[in-house]
Amino acid sequence: MYLRNDDRPQGSRLSLRVAVLGGVAVALFGVLFFRLWNLQVLDGGKYLAEAKNNRTREFKVIAPRGDILDREGNIIVDNRTSLALQLNTSKLPEDQVEEREELERLGELAHMSLPKVRKAIKEGEEVAAGAPVTLRQDVGFYLIAYIEEHQREFPGVAVQRVFVRHYPDGTFAAHVVGSVGEINEEELEEPEYKGLEPGDEIGKGGVEYTYDKFLRGQPGLEKIQVNALGQPTPGGQLVSKSPTPGENVKLTIDPEVQAAGESALASQGLPGGFITMDVHNGQILGLGSFPTFEPADLTPPMSQAEVNALYRNELAPLANRTTEGLYPTGSTFKIITALAALENHVITPSTVINDPGELCVGSDCFQNAEGAAYGPLSLVPALEVSDDVFFYTLGLDMWKTNDLQDWAHKLGIGRASGIDIPVNTDGLLPTRKWRDDLFAEGETERPWSSGDNIQLATGQGDLQSNPLQMAIAYAALGNDGTIVTPHLAMEVEDAAGRVLKEFDPKPQRKIKMNAGTRSVIMEGLHQAAQGPGGTSEPIFGSFPIPVAGKTGTAERPGHADQSWYCILAPYPDPKIVTCVTIEEGGFGAQAAAPAAHTILEAYFHDRIAAESRAEGEGEEGGEAEIE
Amino acid sequence: MTMYATRTRQARPEPFAVHVGIGERLGLAHMDWPLTITAVALVVFSCFTLGQATQSDVPGSPNYYLDRQAIYGVLGVIGMLLLTRIDYSRFRELRVGIYTFLCASVSLVFVFGFAARGSRRSFELPFFSFQPSELGKLLLVLALAGFVIDGARRGSPVQRTVRYLCLGLAPAALVFLQPDLGTSMVFVVATLAVMYFGGVPWTHFAVIGGALVALVALVLVAAPAVGHPVLHGYQEERLTSFLHPHENEAGAGYQQNQSVTAVGSGQTTGRGDKATQTRLDFVPERHTDFIFAVIGERYGFMGAAFVLSLYALLFWRALRITTLSKNSYGTLVAGGIAVSLLFQAFVNVGMNLGIMPITGIPLPLMSYGGSSVLATFLAVGVLQSINVQAHLSQRGRFAW
Repeated sequence: MYLRNDDRPQGSRLSLRVAVLGGVAVALFGVLFFRLWNLQVLDGGKYLAEAKNNRTREFKVIAPRGDILDREGNIIVDNRTSLALQLNTSKLPEDQVEEREELERLGELAHMSLPKVRKAIKEGEEVAAGAPVTLRQDVGFYLIAYIEEHQREFPGVAVQRVFVRHYPDGTFAAHVVGSVGEINEEELEEPEYKGLEPGDEIGKGGVEYTYDKFLRGQPGLEKIQVNALGQPTPGGQLVSKSPTPGENVKLTIDPEVQAAGESALASQGLPGGFITMDVHNGQILGLGSFPTFEPADLTPPMSQAEVNALYRNELAPLANRTTEGLYPTGSTFKIITALAALENHVITPSTVINDPGELCVGSDCFQNAEGAAYGPLSLVPALEVSDDVFFYTLGLDMWKTNDLQDWAHKLGIGRASGIDIPVNTDGLLPTRKWRDDLFAEGETERPWSSGDNIQLATGQGDLQSNPLQMAIAYAALGNDGTIVTPHLAMEVEDAAGRVLKEFDPKPQRKIKMNAGTRSVIMEGLHQAAQGPGGTSEPIFGSFPIPVAGKTGTAERPGHADQSWYCILAPYPDPKIVTCVTIEEGGFGAQAAAPAAHTILEAYFHDRIAAESRAEGEGEEGGEAEIE
Repeated sequence: MTMYATRTRQARPEPFAVHVGIGERLGLAHMDWPLTITAVALVVFSCFTLGQATQSDVPGSPNYYLDRQAIYGVLGVIGMLLLTRIDYSRFRELRVGIYTFLCASVSLVFVFGFAARGSRRSFELPFFSFQPSELGKLLLVLALAGFVIDGARRGSPVQRTVRYLCLGLAPAALVFLQPDLGTSMVFVVATLAVMYFGGVPWTHFAVIGGALVALVALVLVAAPAVGHPVLHGYQEERLTSFLHPHENEAGAGYQQNQSVTAVGSGQTTGRGDKATQTRLDFVPERHTDFIFAVIGERYGFMGAAFVLSLYALLFWRALRITTLSKNSYGTLVAGGIAVSLLFQAFVNVGMNLGIMPITGIPLPLMSYGGSSVLATFLAVGVLQSINVQAHLSQRGRFAW
């Protein structure tokens, strides 16, 4: 039975449509096959590489930074572990609303308001864009557990075990050790920081900065297989490279000397600085500045208020007055004047100059302190009583030449000291050229005159120096002409204490000075410290060790007199030099010398103790010595 | 036209005497065996792939998906065989009932449906979830073909076209609102396919085509610009992200980038168990929408091309049945089914390969999912029925 015509499929129209559809189908399948061929056969290798890349995640394992030790191996700076709440901003949700919600939840958890969280993110990105932003340090276990359990609600949030710099002794040697902070964009581009990434910590200032390469260590690497959520798959640890801890840096700092110096400054309560250095090799046994600060306060994250407290503090606790102070040195400069005068045959050790109380040049008159007049003096007594007119005269005699400046320059005034921590100024040694150039540019109202040299001869006028430079100069006197390189680091050690590298920098230069010159100046200093008319005899007169020291009382416009003291001990073959300055401390003997006394007591502690024991025994059983 | 298979002509003593073969013994005379084998091969391959690739998906049940897909496959084959034995023409008479059921079931999900990922698409029944829109793809074809045949002479051609469009677009709109953009697109394509085979003039298709382009422009460009977006944000993103895959790498572009990487990394022979993209969750929805990516990564070009060939074969057989059909209804139904299968396969594979937007259309018989596997097998069963009936009627003719 035939079906009705209407029901039969319509012949050629249908077959046309079928054919068209068939052709379309062929084309579609062709597209798919072609695409498949492209992806798999032609570009397959590229996708395979991507797939392999996808499935592994690399984690950097932070290395602990090396410790900083004093010369006896005590820890000045080490690390403690802290759990930091970190946010990887690139993993936050794209959607603004979702992002805000997540940040709000996060803020609640971390007890931070949303604006605070956003601010932390912004500040973090300004310092180091792309690095994880630390929201809070030292978060508690509850928070960690909560975040780990609710990982999905907090994409991009992680709790990371980090090392935080720890300062067991608080402010001890703060200016020496410096602090650490996150590397910023400019620093990332510098060659010495090659290989570091945003978020890495580097030393900023002090020993942490200079010896960062040793202290830093090498981060480790963990490569694990993860799924698409970034969660480790079981048994998926591929590579594990342990971090290399940083090496320890042992400093030349003597803990007793350092403590003595810091407490001496603190007890006076006035801004100032001190340095104690070995005259032969430049090792710095103590270096401090007051007011000081807690390096722990510079640990990120820092709030703006904390930053203000430190950086905008009027008293400038972060400034290192010992290495960067710019002060006139007062009478401590006189040894330089003496050296210049003797070596250039302006005077001899026995030349006598009369001191009527003042020296007048034209209408300018320069006087002794407190209007004293000592009459005729030779060099040694002039040093002993710190006679100004004597040295004014020398300054006047040398004003036409550059002799005084040459000697000052040779001894390191107004130039880089070579110390191994960052210093941002070299001070200023006033010279004829310097003044004349300024005058030519209209920066000052008169060119070089005799008065400038006269003032310089006693460490006044435009001179700008600091205890570090003075210490180098005095050390040169003490060690007979060697300009040592002051340094704070003694050696680099590994965790077991094995020495990996020693620091013994060569002297910067040698100066030829006459043996007679040296001994007469030293004699003058010895008298100044322990002779009957010595300006610091009240302080050091009864000191059991022979010493040679010089007071200084510098006039600073707008301030009270600044107290200075520089001392070489023991006399006549000194081992150490100590220089102290105290702003607004009055006479040298008033503030700086007692501080130096405290320091020397600490240094000679054992010798003093042994001697007093011997004295004690001597008194008890004197007869025993006769045999 | 000698497209029809002809049996050896013998003098037969009585009408309707048949050559008794295995198929006939089973009551499945004249089944299109290539079609059957292809469909079964696809679902078997699906089970195999799921078994290998989803071992760690459900902790404690490494064969979770494998078992279930196998069950769906078996049920589907049974359904297919059952349908093969009946005369599909009956559905034409039932067109109104079928259409009503279609619209009702798709509407009821709004009320009783289970919401997952922001859309209500399925009913939760004791052992599985039933997604009415999957069966709806077949039901729509069956009903609409009936309406086309029936109304073939009612009204002007334009009126007819409009009527067919309305009939087809109504359930499509309901599905779109679930929201299920992908399935609603299949509904639209099925409607157009039935109309295509039903003789709607080419010019009408040109107009419809133009309207579609305008609609796309409106939805994707104009409406959002005016501030009345039609699509949800994520829907829009998914549609357009394939055009610039590297822009939204963490969002909508992620799925496709991962899928393309997966497929590409399979190279010629596949990575087997080393296929990490599809094992470690890098490709989401890998047991459903992105199963082709799994095949691409594990079995390489060999496996993927083989699967594509199976689909080509499937389509060819379906298209062939279109021409064989004993009546116009069968042509329309077979054409509708063939085109919707082709559309789904092309869009899904294209999506896996990064050249089609992400639309949530499953790969027929391969994507895991009871409703889809069952519905597809039923559709194949209808195709078989058309084939059987065509042969039976031809035989009747030749038997004279």
